[in-house]
Amino acid sequence: MALTAVPLFLPGSSPVHRLGAGAKLLGLLGTGVALAVWRSPWQVGLALALVLALHAVARLPLRVLGRQVVGLAWVAVPLLVVQWVLASWQTGVGVVGSFVSLVLLAGLVTVTTRTTAMVDVVVRVCGWLRRFGVDPERVGLMLALGIRSVHVVLGLAQEVREAQYARGLRSSPRAFAVPLLVRSLRHADRLGEALSARGVDD
Amino acid sequence: MPEIRVTEVSHAFGDGPARRLVLRDVDVTLTEHRVGIVGANGSGKSTFVRLLNGLVHPDSGTVTIDGRDTVRDGREVRRRVGFCFTDPDAQIVMPTVAEDIAFGLRRRGLSKDEVRARTAAALTAYGLDGHADHPAHLLSGGQKQLLALASVLVTEPDLLVLDEPTTLLDLRNAEMVRRLVDGLAQQVVLVTHHLDLLDGFDRVLVFDEGRIVHDGSPAHAVAAYRTLVAR
Ligand SMILES: Nc1ncnc2c1ncn2[C@@H]1O[C@H](COP(=O)(O)OP(=O)(O)OP(=O)(O)O)[C@@H](O)[C@H]1O
Ligand SMILES: [Mg+2]
Repeated sequence: MALTAVPLFLPGSSPVHRLGAGAKLLGLLGTGVALAVWRSPWQVGLALALVLALHAVARLPLRVLGRQVVGLAWVAVPLLVVQWVLASWQTGVGVVGSFVSLVLLAGLVTVTTRTTAMVDVVVRVCGWLRRFGVDPERVGLMLALGIRSVHVVLGLAQEVREAQYARGLRSSPRAFAVPLLVRSLRHADRLGEALSARGVDD
Repeated sequence: MPEIRVTEVSHAFGDGPARRLVLRDVDVTLTEHRVGIVGANGSGKSTFVRLLNGLVHPDSGTVTIDGRDTVRDGREVRRRVGFCFTDPDAQIVMPTVAEDIAFGLRRRGLSKDEVRARTAAALTAYGLDGHADHPAHLLSGGQKQLLALASVLVTEPDLLVLDEPTTLLDLRNAEMVRRLVDGLAQQVVLVTHHLDLLDGFDRVLVFDEGRIVHDGSPAHAVAAYRTLVAR
């Protein structure tokens, strides 16, 4: 996947942007549950239409959606074919349609919500964990680090690929995975140190 | 300026036959505004500066910042000592520029308005004005390092330690970082292989095999370092 296929926060003032992060995350959760229960072709079609309408309401550039669709196609199309052959086209559309709707909705939430706002929601929701000795702030930090790490690891992946091209190596999965793993681990190590330096351990 | 007091510090990594003495009886007090550190790869520079905020605990000896022990009062010391590493990517915690600057402030329990005001001021001060909502990974290397510096400086440390902050940067970006560091009011301890970065520094230490082998003005220290390398 190219670096650009990952949805990023885009500032804006649409109703979707202004909606609280808690409401958006709840909506995402609700949609996930609903699509697990109702996934006939027309129900899924309705969900997909709704998600696309929300993208329009958010006034996002079309290429944001386009990139995600292209990224998803790599998974969605083979999955649809397999389901169609093994089960029926209805099952295929149901499974793939609900998957695509959910991912696009999650993308919409990410693009219209600041990470900090999402982290705040997670910290609030996880408040009850305090009783069990879990620090909600830490859970929130993990989420933020997770999002940031996706970007960093994709960047590393690109670096590894470029380094291989530069040395004229044919791309093999192992020749790609091993250096990527090494770089990711080294990154995690340094990140840990930087976090301690910024007082996160205390 | 804070007083950095390193007393009889020795430090080793590894155990048994793999044990390697990295710092040997280092004893030095630093009160100058700008202190530079140079030396060959593996001479112990990074280990030395990691002592200053308690990232490394000395095997023997003590390190204090204005009388606070880096091991016993580690938390207080890290509040006062800002640290900037070589790799800017590993220091950026949040996905966007403004959020990363705000990160340290939020952790100090400042009000939302105060966080917002201080973040905005920092964005302007460090030339990241137009980048507030930019994803951090799309910045150039120099801008990333500026962001890492801004995120540390916004919490107003009394001492800033920089471990080769310009090593991964091109000439222009390195110059950007140099100008920023030049303008800082707080005490700075800078490790570097870019010797021209040390122009105007008050004191430069030269490390070799875990010892401080020279201690003086930049010109003298650089000369001593060159002789050491030529040896
Ligand atoms: N965490 C560690 N575990 C084991 N050995 C280490 C560790 N950190 C440093 N060393 C070793 O200690 C020695 C000194 O390392 P240090 O990083 O302090 O050198 P340096 O002067 O900063 O070098 P450079 O210019 O390459 O950054 C090296 O031999 C290094 O391999
Ligand atoms: Mg080093």
